[in-house]
Amino acid sequence: MWYLCVFYHRLLDYRKSEVESLAQLFGAFDPEGLDQQNPKGHCSLEWRLPQHHHPDSPFHFVNLPSEDVARKIANRSILVKGMYELWGEGDSYEELEESIKSYPDERKLPYLESGSTFKINVDTFGKVLSLQDQNQRIQGLSYIPFNGRVNLKNPDHKFWLMETDDYGSNNGLPPIVQRRIFFGREIGGADRKLIPTYQLKSRTYLGPTAMDAEMAFLMANQALASPGKLVYDPFVGTGSILVAAAHFGAMTMGADIDIRVVRDGRGPDCNVWSNFKQYGLPMPIALLRADNNLPPWRPGLNEVFDAIISDPPYGVRAGGRKSGGRKLLKGAVSPYVVPDDKRTDHIPSTAPYSLVECVHDLLDLAARMIIMGGRLVFFYPVLREDDYVENQFPEHQCFKLIASSEQILSSRYSRVLLTMVKISPYTEEIADAARIKHMEFRENHLKWLEDGNLHSAVFSPADSNSNASGEGKLSKESKPKYRGKYV
Amino acid sequence: MRLLTHNMLSSNIKGVTNGFPLRIEVEKVVEKQVDLNPDFLRSMFSKIDWKALVHAARSIGYSELPDEADPSMLDSDDFLRRFHHALLQLHLEEGALICPETGRRFPVNKGIPNMLLHEDEV
Repeated sequence: MWYLCVFYHRLLDYRKSEVESLAQLFGAFDPEGLDQQNPKGHCSLEWRLPQHHHPDSPFHFVNLPSEDVARKIANRSILVKGMYELWGEGDSYEELEESIKSYPDERKLPYLESGSTFKINVDTFGKVLSLQDQNQRIQGLSYIPFNGRVNLKNPDHKFWLMETDDYGSNNGLPPIVQRRIFFGREIGGADRKLIPTYQLKSRTYLGPTAMDAEMAFLMANQALASPGKLVYDPFVGTGSILVAAAHFGAMTMGADIDIRVVRDGRGPDCNVWSNFKQYGLPMPIALLRADNNLPPWRPGLNEVFDAIISDPPYGVRAGGRKSGGRKLLKGAVSPYVVPDDKRTDHIPSTAPYSLVECVHDLLDLAARMIIMGGRLVFFYPVLREDDYVENQFPEHQCFKLIASSEQILSSRYSRVLLTMVKISPYTEEIADAARIKHMEFRENHLKWLEDGNLHSAVFSPADSNSNASGEGKLSKESKPKYRGKYV
Repeated sequence: MRLLTHNMLSSNIKGVTNGFPLRIEVEKVVEKQVDLNPDFLRSMFSKIDWKALVHAARSIGYSELPDEADPSMLDSDDFLRRFHHALLQLHLEEGALICPETGRRFPVNKGIPNMLLHEDEV
């Protein structure tokens, strides 16, 4: 059945993929298509736009198998303002009346019974209505036979009258000619209270790049975090992403190369553990200090994580580090042998960890450690001058990219949330190829760095056919600017 | 550090071929309550190296796990409770993990294992 899905007008790129991820989580797709042997990994939903609407419009229609699924999706999502059973729509109130009257009675009457309570909300997009105007519009609906009593606080049924302006004003969307009015019964809406509860300014332990709560929840939704699942973040930092996964009931595990961050924090009541305690969430199953470049997982251990969610250090706001000193990796000095009496407190040197190597390691780790059909969700930076297309994103033969959502950070940079599904098992050949690549990085990384062409060396088109770090060519076409300006 | 983590880690020092299981050196063990989730335990059971878990549990003073285990035992509540306790509720707060091949100590402080390698080990 088709439902009217109204979004909050933010993070436009994230909206549909969130609904599709949640649809999968709540079993909207035929499980036949997703079985273990032949995991398609992902199915997409049918979407439709109201007449004359721009794809960025907050109003969409989506086809879902049942009202129950629609409610579950709406209640868990972050960006869905509401899912509605549409009773009528039109360009004018006369058209709306006609449309509502022609909607089948058997769908309407159960919600209009005399024993029930109801409330009508008026909402507008792109303009503000005074209370008087709102009341006038509600009274204009008297042709609907409401037999129940009004209850503004806790009604059994909520109805919404939603109106778009003719977009003459600056609401962040290209102008369209006609206004549209919708009337429907609410099925469910997002719990945005989560966001003030978890907002970063109330968090005790924060790092410079702690993930914003809204985004962390979106990432957890993309990763299908739910009870009984194990979610891993190899760049855990202060744990801001895992907090969101834990909120949805997942078991969490995190690693970081900086021991001060994971072990010490800022004191006994201000560390990664306290961030979970603060919200009454279960503690992570494990926090450890490890290098994503040389992960300490035992041989033979594979397919343990249901999802990996991460915001890798990509050098825009925070740079990554890996084991081994600069000179050491270059071969200029032989390894410093730590005297036995200094071994306990020794702080090993680290070297810069380039984005491409980091992403390569992340994909390799994910290919090995994620279960079939499990998800890898991570941020990837892009320069905004470039017109990026899908094949510019990192690729791996074990993974299928199912969603890429851009978030603009500044006039030059944006980051893209990539969601990948594991579609084929990690084989010996893939492992060998990854090992060779790993050695290549070790040998050449410093040369590239010293020559000052690290960026061009790793982002050059010649690299784009490698399995892990496909970077396509640059082109000068840019995305429509209004998106960056207003949204 | 829980024993689940111990079961997943190995010494990845360059040249070490047999870095698993790490020996546990105990200074302080604490118990932390974790809600029992049978689905999680069942899915973890197949990933766990049982011998290493039994051994690790003994080395920190819990010897209620059977030497051998097979998936049919997951139907028993009693077994699930023990498995749960060993895997998730016992916590090595202070101590170390010792590489079985080289004897290198990976310290565990405040429950966080430090698996980072020194310069001469990468």
